[in-house]
Amino acid sequence: MLDCGLDTTSVLNFLPLPLVHSPRLSKLPGWVSKDGSANLEKELKECAGRVFVDSQPEFCLPERELLDLSTIDVILISNYHCMMALPYITEHTGFTGTVYATEPTLTIGRLFMEELVNFMERVPKAQSATCWKNKEMQRMLPGPLKDVVDVWAWKRSYSIQEVNSALSKVQLVGYSQKVELFGAVQVSPLSSGYSLGSSNWIIQSHHEKVSYVSGSSLLTTHPQPMDQSSLKNSDVLILTGLTQMPTANPDGMLGEFCSNLAMTIRAGGNVLVPCYSSGVIYDLLECLYQFIDSANLGTTPFYFISPVANSSLEFSQIFAEWLCHNKQSKVYLPEPPFPHAELIQTNKLKHYPSIHGDFSSEFRQPCVVFTGHPSLRFGDVVHFMELWGKSSINTIIFTEPDFSYLDALAPYQPLAMKCVYCPIDTRLNFHQVSKLLKEVQPLHVVCPEQYTQPPLTQSHRSDLMLELQPPPMPYRRCSVLNLPHRRRYERVYILPELANSLVPSEIKPGVSLATVSAVLHSKDNKHTLQSVPKPPPVAPSKKRKRVLEEPPAVLAPKTLLSGAVPLEAFLATLQKHGFTEVKVEETADGHILHLQAEDTLIQLEEDGTHIVCDNNEPLRTTLRDLVLRFLQKL
Amino acid sequence: MPEIKVTPLGESGAGRGAQLHTIYVFIYVYMCINMCISVYSCVYVGAGQDVGRSCILVSIGGKNIMLDCGMHMGYNDDRRFPDFSYITQNGRLTEFLDCVIISHFHLDHCGALPFMSEMVGYDGPIYMTHPTKAICPILLEDFRKITVDKKGETNFFTSQMIKDCMKKVVPLNLHQTVQVDDELEIKAYYAGHVLGAAMVQIKVGSESVVYTVKSTYATTIRDSKRCRERDFLKKVHESIERGGKVLIPVFALGRAQELCILLETFWERMNLKAPIYFSTGLTEKANHYYKLFITWTNQKIRKTFVQRNMFEFKHIKAFDRSYADNPGPMVVFATPGMLHAGQSLQIFKKWAGHEKNMVIMPGYCVQGTIGHKILNGQRKLELEGSVCVSQLEVKLQLEVKLQVEYMSFSAHADAKGIMQLIRMAEPRNVLLVHGEAVKMEFLKGKIEQEFSIDCHMPANGETATVQTNPSVPVDISLNLLKREMALGGPLPDPKRPRTMHGTLIMKDNSLKLVSSEQALKDLGLNEHQLRFTCRVFSVFSPVLLQVFSVFSPVLLQVFSVFSPVLLQVFSVFSPVLLQVFSVFSPVLLQVQVYLTLSLLLSLLKGFSVQLLPDGTVMVESILIKVSSSPEDPDSKTLLLSWSYQDEDLGSFLSSLLKKGLPAALC
Repeated sequence: MLDCGLDTTSVLNFLPLPLVHSPRLSKLPGWVSKDGSANLEKELKECAGRVFVDSQPEFCLPERELLDLSTIDVILISNYHCMMALPYITEHTGFTGTVYATEPTLTIGRLFMEELVNFMERVPKAQSATCWKNKEMQRMLPGPLKDVVDVWAWKRSYSIQEVNSALSKVQLVGYSQKVELFGAVQVSPLSSGYSLGSSNWIIQSHHEKVSYVSGSSLLTTHPQPMDQSSLKNSDVLILTGLTQMPTANPDGMLGEFCSNLAMTIRAGGNVLVPCYSSGVIYDLLECLYQFIDSANLGTTPFYFISPVANSSLEFSQIFAEWLCHNKQSKVYLPEPPFPHAELIQTNKLKHYPSIHGDFSSEFRQPCVVFTGHPSLRFGDVVHFMELWGKSSINTIIFTEPDFSYLDALAPYQPLAMKCVYCPIDTRLNFHQVSKLLKEVQPLHVVCPEQYTQPPLTQSHRSDLMLELQPPPMPYRRCSVLNLPHRRRYERVYILPELANSLVPSEIKPGVSLATVSAVLHSKDNKHTLQSVPKPPPVAPSKKRKRVLEEPPAVLAPKTLLSGAVPLEAFLATLQKHGFTEVKVEETADGHILHLQAEDTLIQLEEDGTHIVCDNNEPLRTTLRDLVLRFLQKL
Repeated sequence: MPEIKVTPLGESGAGRGAQLHTIYVFIYVYMCINMCISVYSCVYVGAGQDVGRSCILVSIGGKNIMLDCGMHMGYNDDRRFPDFSYITQNGRLTEFLDCVIISHFHLDHCGALPFMSEMVGYDGPIYMTHPTKAICPILLEDFRKITVDKKGETNFFTSQMIKDCMKKVVPLNLHQTVQVDDELEIKAYYAGHVLGAAMVQIKVGSESVVYTVKSTYATTIRDSKRCRERDFLKKVHESIERGGKVLIPVFALGRAQELCILLETFWERMNLKAPIYFSTGLTEKANHYYKLFITWTNQKIRKTFVQRNMFEFKHIKAFDRSYADNPGPMVVFATPGMLHAGQSLQIFKKWAGHEKNMVIMPGYCVQGTIGHKILNGQRKLELEGSVCVSQLEVKLQLEVKLQVEYMSFSAHADAKGIMQLIRMAEPRNVLLVHGEAVKMEFLKGKIEQEFSIDCHMPANGETATVQTNPSVPVDISLNLLKREMALGGPLPDPKRPRTMHGTLIMKDNSLKLVSSEQALKDLGLNEHQLRFTCRVFSVFSPVLLQVFSVFSPVLLQVFSVFSPVLLQVFSVFSPVLLQVFSVFSPVLLQVQVYLTLSLLLSLLKGFSVQLLPDGTVMVESILIKVSSSPEDPDSKTLLLSWSYQDEDLGSFLSSLLKKGLPAALC
């Protein structure tokens, strides 16, 4: 299984989970259908014309019905964003396989999961809404709720026990490490340049190579650059995780982020940055580190609030070998690779596990707050939305591309706060992908259906799709693709003893042949060929006559013959061996030789020889050997 | 026959055989496919003057690899560097060496690196782990300063040379497979004990060599280490309780950090109040390295690092020169480790006169250093320099009254560790180099006895050659393999191994094993059919024919089992039956077919024998047809036809049938 990401956009259909009681949210009217036939006012609330489910947010899981999850042997994880569904896959499903991921992926993935669990569990919801999922009911619902599919498969967050159990199944791997799977294939993670420890995977046998390219970046940010050359010579390249913002330039967005931030602060407002607790935030902090002094923001407090804020900042400093060259060489000095260490040291950046506790006493305004969750449905960000949303001097800056900002803001409407949308998605865009593919030249490309046509909203932009020759093979949820690749060879090892006994003969210039008779041993998908053991000496038998009449014990090699027997040369050979009376008769396909003294026929044809010889075994074997002289054994 | 050559270049020959005090053990393990050479190295000190330097040359699959490039701390002349003239008399090493691999940052493993790369000349890649790459240049520079700036030596590498040398370094990540060139690949494994120490696997084709510094498999080492640690803490604690001062001379990196962690946790646990100091400068920086490279330390330290970075010490504070005169107990870590200069020596001089105090030597000391002298029990030391007292030059003398303790390492446990590593790597050959002769002989005997493998002990500059016998990798056609595996069944019968046949095509350096048919097709060759046909005039017992014409369908079943017996029985009744059944002549032909068939069935167990609709019997692909000649209906002829592929069986059958069926049964 390649990755197991969690579709979190489903949470946008739910009402935010406030950390402290929110009078506004609790006063929202329940939803009743216009004709009054459907009454779900307990479960559904209306806000600014949209209907939200008042329940603990639920996630849309990867498909679990298509195949038996207990049959999955291996899961390869490409980056920490793509493993959030892991506990749903590995727990309570009979899964007994192994998950492979790099150390930063596991570490940060764990932080993300712990954060998610923490966000959910600290504000438990007593009730769980299920009535709205009823098919009859759902049909009557308005807006996006009516159209969401598979709502019964949506699940609430997992528990910390499930997280721990799922992550205990992870086996750590390093970049370019070759991991043998069952002797059949080798998998190897390559740096993908997108985030700390993010990887593309190569799955290869001795003769086939499949590359899995997921979430890659060619931009220079903090992670190690993408390893492109190792993707060359792939038979199949599976391409996914392209940028969700093909039209937004990350550098431009970063500039806009900084200027909007400075503007708001100067005007005395607060800035809220909903974000994940690892990844782009490191780049934002680094950018601000350079920007703070020039923009005169030296005294403005920056807060990073997350249950895992401290861990994330600390861990980022110890993964030197997963970082880009510049950051790596800092460690040799020795200095921390990320400048946020200095921001923390100088008290410009402060981090807190939540808004409760120390933060509430140290909190000063105007300030900049980085906090999650970017969906604005749970986490500390909900509190700041309630706090700052009503004032137009405050600004919310969206940097994460996973959620539509309009949808994210919907349950907070009407909103006075300024909204700036500068999504930063460093993953490959279509232009970069086509350049990459030209470079690595895979035989076949497999990609999600969406990449094969322009986005619905911009159908004229033919540059926002993949155009390849041969065309990529698209897939969609639950589709089964047959890859156009036939396996033809497998690796086998000939043991030295057998190898030494082979007798090659040159059949054409530069081409030699040797017939091999051997015993095949297959163990753990590794094959070796050994010499055929010599039969044990025949026990001395009293009935010696019988022994002679035993049929041949082992079937002799089924040797094939090749070539042709030339008439003249053959006749000469016969002559030499005392067959003087030979009558040659021409036929449609060749000749018939009649050895008159021996009353024996030899039929010579282009692709066959037939010896008809009665009751004279020595004669037959002599003739046989004479014919064989002219033929090649295979 | 392919082979692997190993040549130690580092050790100077003198040390061998001397009665030495082993304080440190390195193990090098070389592994091949089904073969492993293990090189056991022992760096030792004591009466034998020698402090080792490691530098080993390995030739494998046509590649030359230098493992470590150490410096000899005991010499001040040319002998301090390995003898590179062994590799090449004149000119640079670049042409000769494919790569250099450094196992860890100790100078006896990397100290000659700038000399080798910049002064002798080597421009190829030098591989080491990230922490080694970070720390190695600092130690080199530090050492250069002592040697050149303080001792005024020339013919030594410069700062710029260290920098240029480090530019040639390619950092290694753990488990990363690095392709040095198309054939040579290397892979680093965690090797514990020193920050960034690595065990490196070198692979060329199907031959490979593993090179490691101290085994991590050795649980016995850890156990004995725990004992030593307990011992160390006990000594420090006792001294502190007495109100004494403890001096621990250390080198900036490595053991110092381990001991700091030990003391820090011990202080925390015992709630001790006596101050611990760490001499500033390089060592503080060193702790910083440990902080940043925490992923290269053990699991326990990593796990707890967010809550508390082990290298951010609560009890250990920076040392100031004035603290040495403070009253009351204290522990001081000071550099350098051999008490030959610097802060550690200054403190030592101050504290040496009191019995309550203690010095703990956690590492080896070169001859001539004070550390070396006091470890040998010398209690009166002459100090360099002199003072003028009333115009008289008086040599300074120091009386050593403080306790001298030494952290010893048990060689026995390390030997156990080697045995354990060999057990896991399943080697065929073991090589031991650089060691105390007696211990090596002991180990050699033990290895040969326990594992029944060859064990070599090459001397310095001597080449040990190990023959390898790799299997030949071949591409087998999937059709052939699948067919063969299907025929072989899920569980092959060891008593009757199945022989598979195929044709190996050798073309343009590729080896392909395909079925013979496929080979013909692939090479565009025609197949030539060779067939033989024999007529056999069989002599059937007429009686039998009669009998079988009646019972044939039933008998066919029975016959296959009891055939020899039945024939005997029926032959008794022959005269009578013959008369009765002679009427049914048309049936007889059919009978003969059955007879032939059942005979063959009973005789040729394990072969496929079948009856075709036209009355032909087929044994494997051999056709047997019974016909009666038109002129004489009673005389029956067997026509036997087979292809060359069934030559053995065909030949066998033809002689069998020639003898006549009943005869064949006797």
